[in-house]
Amino acid sequence: MRNLLRYIITRTLMTIPMVFILLTIIFVVLRLMPGDPVSAMLGGHAPEKVIEQKREELGLNKPMTAQYADYLWKICHLDLGDSMVLQQKVTTAIAEKLPATIELTFFGMLITLILGIFLGAYAADKRRTVRDSAIRLYGIVVYCIPVYWLGLMLQLIFGIWFDWLPIAGRTGARIISSDFEYSGLYILDTLLKMDWEAFGDVSMHLVLPSLTLGLTLSGIFVRLTRANMLDVLKADYILAAESRGIKHSTVVYRHALKNAFIPILTMMGLQVALLMAGAILTETTFSWPGMGRLLLERIYLRDYPMIQGVIIVFALMVAFISLLVDIIYAIVDPRIRY
Amino acid sequence: MKYSMAQGLARPINAFARMGKKYGLEWWILCAGAVIILAIIYMAILPETFTSFNPYDQNAGPQLAAPGGNHLMGTDNLQRDVWSRIVYGSQTILMVSVLAAIISSCVGIFFGLISGYAGGAIDRALSLMMDAVYVFPGLILAIALAAMLGPGVLNITFAVAVIYIPTYFRLVRGQTLAIKQELYVEAARAIGASGFTILMKYIFPNVIATTVVVFTLNVADAIMIEAALTYLGLGLPPSIVDWGMDLAMGKKYLPSGIWWLITFPGMMISVLALGFTMLGEGLAEILNPRLLER
Repeated sequence: MRNLLRYIITRTLMTIPMVFILLTIIFVVLRLMPGDPVSAMLGGHAPEKVIEQKREELGLNKPMTAQYADYLWKICHLDLGDSMVLQQKVTTAIAEKLPATIELTFFGMLITLILGIFLGAYAADKRRTVRDSAIRLYGIVVYCIPVYWLGLMLQLIFGIWFDWLPIAGRTGARIISSDFEYSGLYILDTLLKMDWEAFGDVSMHLVLPSLTLGLTLSGIFVRLTRANMLDVLKADYILAAESRGIKHSTVVYRHALKNAFIPILTMMGLQVALLMAGAILTETTFSWPGMGRLLLERIYLRDYPMIQGVIIVFALMVAFISLLVDIIYAIVDPRIRY
Repeated sequence: MKYSMAQGLARPINAFARMGKKYGLEWWILCAGAVIILAIIYMAILPETFTSFNPYDQNAGPQLAAPGGNHLMGTDNLQRDVWSRIVYGSQTILMVSVLAAIISSCVGIFFGLISGYAGGAIDRALSLMMDAVYVFPGLILAIALAAMLGPGVLNITFAVAVIYIPTYFRLVRGQTLAIKQELYVEAARAIGASGFTILMKYIFPNVIATTVVVFTLNVADAIMIEAALTYLGLGLPPSIVDWGMDLAMGKKYLPSGIWWLITFPGMMISVLALGFTMLGEGLAEILNPRLLER
């Protein structure tokens, strides 16, 4: 138990330099690249004095090191600055949109895991058959399908041709979100308020986007699960379990899968980056009001503090979730220690 | 000895089949991938053989015509022929992705070799920088770079290239570190070979096999990222024909049931990425010792 605690503390401390590095990269990319944000913001034809004044105001005239120190200092105080374009704090705007993205990525990941793990286990069980090859092919093909294209195709088929599911937004026309908004996670909120009509509506809106996100990422998990399961299924204890008469499906889907699960867990941490990327693309396709769409909107508006803020939050989310996954990994597998 | 036509063709076909029997599924996957890639490269190099329309011609046919008749894939809102936009779009996407992959690989391999061989402070500094970029979520970094640099073919190539440099770096550095310990390298140094010679003659050739596989998969990834960036409107000016951009444009007409504007560009992106992925996966299975599965 003490070992576990030590691992958790060490791992958490290791996240700090990583976060530091991520923040530095964001700073470098957003400040040292060619292109003057201020003149872009003011329309390119503003008089010199106004540009200078704005630069002074935003602190862009200080030396790079001072700007860097400022930047880090502000972040430690959870101040991500003010939007250049609209009158709002960056943190407020992000906090508004964050739950939408979390909801989308959560359900997307759920679908990815369920689909990927079971297909992978099935393929390992039936190896060297046509079904195995078909599933392996699925794994490769699905990764090459652009998320947004799959989204558009699903919209076309299920939203337009069949008209079964809605294709944009989080809620329908007659549902007012402020009625049930507590945490911003609509599924949770509508459940808590027991507003069944709204719950149904919100769920319907969630289906296509999370399906899109989930399907595209499942390929990786299919292949990973399959590879790990193949290794596990060769083990002696599997043979022992089979010869003791345990049902084949129990052996594969309970005993073997549990053992294969651990590397899959680690992979989950690494896939969060892809999940975020996919979320950005899915949000633009489905007009999902989350952080991805916020990022793109503000890029068009050249709202640099907001762009910086959103990217920081994304990067921090990835770092934090990796940390979480590593800790869970350590709890699940007692062999992992420093 | 003179071969007849049938005999002449028989030998390569036999070699082909032998590879298939030996390696099974992977060989066919590799071949399929290669065929797809060659077909699309052909489309890019000689677009005139595929279509007689000009992709920029805003008077090619009726507006938003469905596929059929003169226009294999229909026309778009500016009355341009969709099929020719697909054909000419292949040039853009291939150029950006392959160029980005080449840049990535050259820079990554170069620094990987140096870092692995030199060791010490240089190694630590380079590794730190590369790890930092590696850890950063890929598409987000690309979006940030593309947003800051603005539209342009070179800008988007740069944005895509930067993301993969650490992959090559880590791979090559790891292998360099391993090969450095080998006896023949020590022997070479004993007879006075310079560092450069050792790198070029011993380390580099050993590194190439895995690098080629990573290269093909890199191109596949680069294709996806390039298409994603242009779909988001970040990479290229509207005057260039590109599949991702066509997707973004066609998206607006989807609610009216106009499906041909988005189906075909997206399909082509998938197919091209798939071609490179299949090539890479096939190569990976074949080049590496097959101890993964029996």
